[in-house]
Amino acid sequence: MLNKRFFLYLLAGFVFYGIIQFLITGELIDESNVDTLIIIGINIILAVSLNLINGFTGQFSIGHAGFMSIGAYVAAILTLNFELAFPVALLGGCIAAALAGLLIGLPTLRLKGDYLAIATLGFGEIIRIVWLNTDYVNGASGLNGIEKITDWTWTFALVTVTILVIQNIVNSTHGRAMIAIRENEIAAESMGINVTKYKVIAFVVGAFFAGLAGGLHAHYFYIIQPTSFNFMKSFEILVFVVLGGMGSTAGVVLGTILLTLVFTWLQDYPDIRMIIYSLVLILVMIFRPKGLLGGLGGGRKKKKGGDASGTTTSA
Amino acid sequence: MAQQLLLDVQNVSRQFGGLKAVSGVNVEIHDGELVGLIGPNGAGKTTFFNLLTGVYEPSDGKIFFGGHSVAGRKPYQITKLGAARTFQNIRLFGDMTVLENVMVAYHMHAKHSFFTSLFRLPGHFKGEADMREKGIEFLKIFKLDGKKDEIAKNLPYGEQRRLEIARALAAKPKLLLLDEPAAGMNPQETTELMHLIRWIRDEFKITVLLIEHDMGLVMGVCERIYVLDHGQMIASGTPEEIRANPKVIEAYLGQEV
Repeated sequence: MLNKRFFLYLLAGFVFYGIIQFLITGELIDESNVDTLIIIGINIILAVSLNLINGFTGQFSIGHAGFMSIGAYVAAILTLNFELAFPVALLGGCIAAALAGLLIGLPTLRLKGDYLAIATLGFGEIIRIVWLNTDYVNGASGLNGIEKITDWTWTFALVTVTILVIQNIVNSTHGRAMIAIRENEIAAESMGINVTKYKVIAFVVGAFFAGLAGGLHAHYFYIIQPTSFNFMKSFEILVFVVLGGMGSTAGVVLGTILLTLVFTWLQDYPDIRMIIYSLVLILVMIFRPKGLLGGLGGGRKKKKGGDASGTTTSA
Repeated sequence: MAQQLLLDVQNVSRQFGGLKAVSGVNVEIHDGELVGLIGPNGAGKTTFFNLLTGVYEPSDGKIFFGGHSVAGRKPYQITKLGAARTFQNIRLFGDMTVLENVMVAYHMHAKHSFFTSLFRLPGHFKGEADMREKGIEFLKIFKLDGKKDEIAKNLPYGEQRRLEIARALAAKPKLLLLDEPAAGMNPQETTELMHLIRWIRDEFKITVLLIEHDMGLVMGVCERIYVLDHGQMIASGTPEEIRANPKVIEAYLGQEV
């Protein structure tokens, strides 16, 4: 029942993957550009998963770096101290982050708006301070010597999986239930939707993929430290989502790519970097207040005819 | 008409601080009835609806719906028992399409689980196609099928009201609760709505309880009417009885001096 469009996207994805992989193995693009590609991929996973919570379900969470750090630390510990295979370690990190999401989500998701934002912000900081004060993970100096396993292939595959999963959720009755909660929580509940259940599902799925991004991050940069996952990181992910367009997966992917590129290019001009970065944000918000692709219905497919399969990939 | 008791409200009260918004109210509604609830502004009509649908818990008294106690159930659980409502101030899912609005109400009857959708198992496609079909059916009843892909908040006011009723109906309720369905409609739209409500009741064999300000609508369509004033049920009966009831006249027009 999968439609033509899906295979077209899949094909385009493979071609794109192949070209980049060819460029990397042929050493036609230098190391720093590969770094940028990997960072973009990790950021896309983070932003797309946060978008499920903030954009589609309408719950304002700003603790995403906290979940990312759980994935990073757990995956790193599993490969370093337990010598588990990379995919198993990654999965372990994801599950740990998802469990944390469940643990945090159940009590805090009864909060709304600003209050939820403050609670999730607090959670992110608590996690960071836990790492900082745990000797097992070397406190402030962090974990060193993590094997570099993450590469273009891993990143591309997992970005694709993330986008597929999020799109599969969003383009189904379960995703519509989440969007209905964003649109009007009281009406959603009186239409028979278990509001708490869907908020928690969004939170757990979002945390799961944040954990995935964390695991990839840890196995690319050799070293992880508590400071890599501070409030600024959460904020950065939030900016990707808002700038790309809340509730639009395509927009969020586009926003993440653009902002990561701008930020990387500006590293050569440290004096004015933050000024230009801020100006870009301000200009986008003035000319596209709902984000780059926000308010265009991007991400959720406009369904026409009897076709109800909604799977899109773009990476 | 010896029919089963669907809604049984026993001596229910609700207090907000020192204010008794609803006090000692008894209501009995049988299967297939079309009942009106009227009363002046601030009489406690919407509070009463919120008690029925689980938004508020009664401070005192009991509510039974189809034999089940409503106490301690959340609004979505009460909807699953078979009571769907509309809102006085329209609460549509504004940024979703007209069809999606109706499909959301059908969500609790969906057969495909979260994991079926997540992995796009065959059940997902069938389930979604069924929901679409059912959604369009409901839209046709309300003559909204031509606008199924429009964003709900862009509809004119009257159509938004109709969409809200369509959405409530898509939840396949036994009891349809309408909170001022004719508010803001012109006389012609109100008359059409009146016929539509009666038609829905007969066609779907459901029970309807509606709150209304518009006396014309209530008197014309309802078989039985309850009158609330200052949180107390001051009268109940057929439209003729209500029209002649001096207490009702007093509540609406004030006391003779």
